[in-house]
Amino acid sequence: MNIRLIIKNLSIVICIEALCMLFPFLIALIYGQNDAMAFLLSALITFCAGLLMLTTKVKTNNFYTRDGFAVVALSWIFVSVFGSLPFLLSGTIPSPVNAFFETVSGFSTTGATILDNVETLPRGIIFWRSFTQWMGGMGVLVLTAAVLPSAGASFYHVLKAESPGPNPEKLVPKIGQTAKILYSIYIVLTSFLVILLLIAGMPLYDALVHAFATAGTGGFSSKTLSIGAYGSVFIDVIITVFMFLFGINFTLYYHTLKGNFRSFFKNEEFRFYIGLVFASIIAITLNLVLNGFYSFGEGLRHSAFQVNSIISTTGYSTTDFNLWPVFSKFILVMLMFIGPSAGSTGGSVKCIRFLLLFKIIKRELAKIIHPRVVHTVMIAGKAVDETTLWGTMAFFFIYIIIFVISSLIVALDGKDLISSVTAVITSIGNIGPGLGIIGPMGNYSGFSDLSKIVLSFCMIAGRLEIMPLLVLFSPAAWKRASI
Amino acid sequence: MKIIIIGDGKVGYSLAENLSNEDNDVVVIDKDPEALRKANEYLDVMCIKGNGLSTKVLIEAGVKEAQLLIAATASDEINMVCCLTAKKLGVERTIARIRDPEYADELNLLKDDLGLDMVFNPERAAAREISRMVRFPQAANIEIFARGRVEIVEIRISKGISIVGMKIREIAEKISSTILIGAVVRNDEIIIPNGDFRIEEDDILHIVGKPAIVSSFCRQIGIDNQKIKNVMIAGGGRIAYYLAKFLEETGIKAKIVEINEERCVELSELLPHTLIINGDGTDDTLLHSENLSEMGAFVALTDMDEENFMSALMAKQAGVQKVIAKINRNNYIGIIKSLGIESVINPSQIITNHILRYVRGMKNAQGSPIEALFRIIDGRAEAIEFTANESTDFLNIPLRDLKFKEGILVAVIVRKNDILIPHGNDMIKAGDSVILIVRGRKISDLNDIIASR
Repeated sequence: MNIRLIIKNLSIVICIEALCMLFPFLIALIYGQNDAMAFLLSALITFCAGLLMLTTKVKTNNFYTRDGFAVVALSWIFVSVFGSLPFLLSGTIPSPVNAFFETVSGFSTTGATILDNVETLPRGIIFWRSFTQWMGGMGVLVLTAAVLPSAGASFYHVLKAESPGPNPEKLVPKIGQTAKILYSIYIVLTSFLVILLLIAGMPLYDALVHAFATAGTGGFSSKTLSIGAYGSVFIDVIITVFMFLFGINFTLYYHTLKGNFRSFFKNEEFRFYIGLVFASIIAITLNLVLNGFYSFGEGLRHSAFQVNSIISTTGYSTTDFNLWPVFSKFILVMLMFIGPSAGSTGGSVKCIRFLLLFKIIKRELAKIIHPRVVHTVMIAGKAVDETTLWGTMAFFFIYIIIFVISSLIVALDGKDLISSVTAVITSIGNIGPGLGIIGPMGNYSGFSDLSKIVLSFCMIAGRLEIMPLLVLFSPAAWKRASI
Repeated sequence: MKIIIIGDGKVGYSLAENLSNEDNDVVVIDKDPEALRKANEYLDVMCIKGNGLSTKVLIEAGVKEAQLLIAATASDEINMVCCLTAKKLGVERTIARIRDPEYADELNLLKDDLGLDMVFNPERAAAREISRMVRFPQAANIEIFARGRVEIVEIRISKGISIVGMKIREIAEKISSTILIGAVVRNDEIIIPNGDFRIEEDDILHIVGKPAIVSSFCRQIGIDNQKIKNVMIAGGGRIAYYLAKFLEETGIKAKIVEINEERCVELSELLPHTLIINGDGTDDTLLHSENLSEMGAFVALTDMDEENFMSALMAKQAGVQKVIAKINRNNYIGIIKSLGIESVINPSQIITNHILRYVRGMKNAQGSPIEALFRIIDGRAEAIEFTANESTDFLNIPLRDLKFKEGILVAVIVRKNDILIPHGNDMIKAGDSVILIVRGRKISDLNDIIASR
């Protein structure tokens, strides 16, 4: 590992985070609440720390995949530590573990909270919570690449580690340019959402908070009751549609902008995603209506919202789905494992990996029936290479392993099985609300500090798709002569 | 500028590397995912796996908006068809690698019909370079500028040369020839020297001047320049063929040692005046029996870098005056030079230089055209020739009144047949060829050299 260069890269990320803290500072100033000082101080501390690290003298410019992974993993940990300063300094969350949990939940776009009453918080703090989700959605380091004038070839390793999905695709030859395009699409979509929410009658401040959290597929709200607090069909529909949109691979938007509309329907992952969404909505609606929960219209509204909220890993709610029949709840738990498309802002395993896993199973079957069959796994007419297939299987395995071990540790708290297990599923899948005591109306304050740290780890691991964190904790990667 | 490169081999990779470092948007297409992997990991380029002949792949690579397509696959025919297809799809210019000697003669015909804007032949270019080295053996390297009127000659200062320990100012007083020491490489560092710079042993000088004057300067400081009369070439590939052909033209006798018998027969038909020996070019008994030590020059041109290197060392030990080795892998060059083989030829580097010049010229179609470009040590410094014209902002201003950017030296001004080593009073006029030595930056227009006023 090239530790000096890693620190240098970290310093830039931290400096950019410090600059981002100025937005909530402005909000705090506008509303004249007492949290303005906390933001100014946090920004200063963060910026000074960044500058201090920037003074590192770089000896060599060698930067390989392992360094890229380490930069990403360390950046996320550092950004979360510094990002929790406003919570601590303003006194809104006095416990460091809670503050860290809340910040990780923000950056990883999980949206799990330890606060029971959001409305009492200062406005700057609520804005910062949502803003971290907006940054975390597309990626803190992708932001760095978009902002820096020249992100070199080595940044590809960083993109590879931070972007969700098995094989991140460059849109244009230059990596910096790719990051700029991604962020432009992101900003345009977010702005659209803000405008629509304003038209729907949401106040500007609420519209910003919800647009940021929806765009990042995070799910922090300025209301304890989440979107349900507005009770407006129009707002529900807008948020439903946009949660769906932010779960789509951003590459498809780029191709559409370039005039290639058909790319949407040619994309197998998109077809899988949209099919899954519609099937789940229909199944849940029928289940709810037949069990006499809602009328058909109401059932459709709530099931569409909840399905999109869970599959895009946003985690907003319009109703307490904890009270729904088991069949509906189980579909939601299933969706928690699947997640949206690769290259979106969502978390979890991603549709493309399930698609690949199904195709691998199909091939295994074919191999038993015709032992000498030669079968290439194809996605949208293109052969998928074996390394990607192996990577996908390994990823799925490690995902399950981390889920099992974390559940085991969380189980030490002695909470009920549903709550403990879904807490881990939603943390590692970056969703937010689970079932039981952490359902849409509950929160995570009941867990012990140990569980909160394990869950925080799960959230970062889930957002970075595990490997970067494993590299960071693997001693072999740090050895001078790694053998 | 948007550039598509088809074929991610040695030349393709080297081009992708250099072009993307010069801030071009580069897309690389290759059929082999293994070849692309390296480019994907280490270069800021976009890689597409696929056949460069397929219109689908070309369109995916953005051929419609691209300004340039370079076809550098192993097959001449594929390269030609790629260029033809791309041109039909709307790319502005195409460059193809065509290296089969059989096509070489019909190139002009092919160029027009296939819509090729430039054809390159790395082997031929390498052979041209080697033949130049053989004709001027004192220099490790020679680059020509201003259509041969100016040369930049690379010379290593060894013990016993009269200028060791002298300041550049003193040399000018002692030896009255109009040459310029444009750049000095010392311990892997490039220095653009001023008058107080003291020359030490083992410095590598880049001397700029008229060919005749440079060679007389070399004689005066004590570097002997015996004409080379015979050359032994180990390995009978394409470069050897072209080289033997060039040497035949200049009357230097060549002897090719080639291991493959069929190839020997082929060569003997193609090169009636060259002696073809069937045998192993790394076998010392064979080389000695063929009078290796009597040879004026030894050129190692087999396919293996390691073999070339070893046989070059062997020749050096046998006392051959001029030893040249072809090396494909860039990272070997430093090691080999440190072991005393100064003249190293890298075909893909030569071609990269040519194409970089072409691309920079394309970028700056309105400005002053680039005539020649030569890169010193991996492109850390460049010697570059422009023609000054109306677009140049600082015509007819004495150089002393101009403020140049750091790391820029105006080495020579060529006005009609006069070669000027410029002083403060000299000025650049329209129509002049200006040769610059530039360190640590990329220049694509003559106006770029002036610091903002």
